Amino acid sequence: MGKLYDLLLQDIRFEEGLNACMNCGVCTAICPAAEFYKYDPREIVDTIQTKDEEKTEALLKSETIWYCGQCMSCKTRCPRGNTPALVIMALRTLSQKLGYFTDSEKGRQQFAIKRTVGENILKYGYCVPTYAVDPKMHPEQGPIWEHIFNNIDDVMDRLGGNLKKKGSGALREIHQKNLDELDKIFEVTGGYKLYGEIENYSEKKAGEMGLEFKKEGIDNEYFRHVYTCNSDNHGK
Amino acid sequence: MKDEGKKQIWKDYQKDIADDHYYYVRSCIRQSFFPASEEFFLRLLKDDLGKDVFDDPNHTTCTGIGYHSDIVSFETIMTVVARHFSMMKESGYKNIIISCVTSFGIYTEIIETWKHFPEVLAKTRENLFKATGREFDIPENMAHASDIIYKFKDEIAQKAKYRLVNPITGKPLNIVEHIGCHYSKMFPKYGVGGAEFPEVLAGMIDAWGGKVIDYPERRHCCGFGFRQYLVQANRGYSIANSKKKFDSMEPYKPDLILANCPGCTMFMDKWQYTISEMEGKTYGENQQGIPVLTYEELAGLVMGYNPWDLGLQYHQIQSEPLLHKLGIEFSIEDKYKTRDGRQMPIPECPANINY
Repeated sequence: MGKLYDLLLQDIRFEEGLNACMNCGVCTAICPAAEFYKYDPREIVDTIQTKDEEKTEALLKSETIWYCGQCMSCKTRCPRGNTPALVIMALRTLSQKLGYFTDSEKGRQQFAIKRTVGENILKYGYCVPTYAVDPKMHPEQGPIWEHIFNNIDDVMDRLGGNLKKKGSGALREIHQKNLDELDKIFEVTGGYKLYGEIENYSEKKAGEMGLEFKKEGIDNEYFRHVYTCNSDNHGK
Repeated sequence: MKDEGKKQIWKDYQKDIADDHYYYVRSCIRQSFFPASEEFFLRLLKDDLGKDVFDDPNHTTCTGIGYHSDIVSFETIMTVVARHFSMMKESGYKNIIISCVTSFGIYTEIIETWKHFPEVLAKTRENLFKATGREFDIPENMAHASDIIYKFKDEIAQKAKYRLVNPITGKPLNIVEHIGCHYSKMFPKYGVGGAEFPEVLAGMIDAWGGKVIDYPERRHCCGFGFRQYLVQANRGYSIANSKKKFDSMEPYKPDLILANCPGCTMFMDKWQYTISEMEGKTYGENQQGIPVLTYEELAGLVMGYNPWDLGLQYHQIQSEPLLHKLGIEFSIEDKYKTRDGRQMPIPECPANINY
């Protein structure tokens, strides 16, 4: 048994997600990602089942593991009760711990997610508050979103929100004592360690790629690169 | 499958939904994109149905979007959720209502994990205590907010001012329902009607007089895909999945799409705009788009609430054609007014959607 397989076994989602796969391919048949990308969850599970160290390492460094959309449709349909999407989560977690994620275009995007959603969680207490969904980064949200974004106080007030104010309600200000508890939870459970790993490996990769990297924020070449780069070599 | 067969399956997948005394946890996406839906929900429970519900200002995100995009670990999210359970206990509640479908799926995953791996539960207790000094109990009853509306659908029907019927033709509206994947695809027993034939939204549509439309890609994902939307380079995945659904439902001429997940509601609304810009293709009658509503918005409409207080003007696909079909009276002047009656700017009209 390979060492990487041992590391995967430490993730409870891996234990839950993979019993014995009989390679029927139902997961691939139902998978939205398999329809869009060069992606085959059956193949991934098959590779993992070989426990082959080299093949597993190649997978951890590949584009493939980042294609899943986490819809969990595979869980409903697998006749053996496997969940390839949970196996994917264990692979992605390990890929980040070992720094392999920066070897792939799709893996490098983890830096962009950490700098946006990851920062929002600890700064605001929300993953995607209205004021952090900038139309410049989300042109697909259309003119109505631009209108909401530009008139956020009046819109939230009309719709019964409690924007950045004390008390309960939609988009209320999250009190500092609650943010402090979140902070402590991240500290105790390794949340900051994971953020640190994403940051450190990304900084190293930015150096290798000759792209500007800043310790904070999204105004730097590396962020813009990973957020927008699409080699268009992922589809079928 | 014939209706009778489906109804048998629905009977096999019924869940207990608490009758009163709820602790409510909000959704990052619903409160940001559909704040009026959450406000209406609380008002409905408290004022119209006379229920006790606590909207705790102290809960935070569950970190679910971070979890499913793999920047938040399972250990971290379990402890954040445990903190919510601790605050629920502190407030004296045992029944939880979850506004978000991603969160709902996470709560089910965590509770099932704790059942099968008691050592993980023990570790989470230890983590939470170490971080915050808190202790917690697992909720006695857990419902998604759509489960609650489903439970009280008949009471809502009795109080309704409108039915989902066109008063001019006398025909029921054709309604497509979309269930968020994480509502029951992981653990069918937690969803009303299970995963293959969820009844949670179909039951509301039936009770309020509409006609549920079946179509081939009914259970296909909306395409959010977490990292597949969050990162601009990946959004082709997201829009392609929604497009697959729109193309599949189009021949059935839906008057409305009803969704229980805030993310699905938002994407299916916004992607219609994006497709119209990219391809010049606009779905729905007269190139007006197909309105996509939350279950709170639909309940509010049938109960006669002002559509602009429910926030329908802040969807990219506008709802006037739907309101006309339902015979709902509304003031166009009130549409973009502030709470105190000031006129706000009017949003720009998209080039390819007929307003």
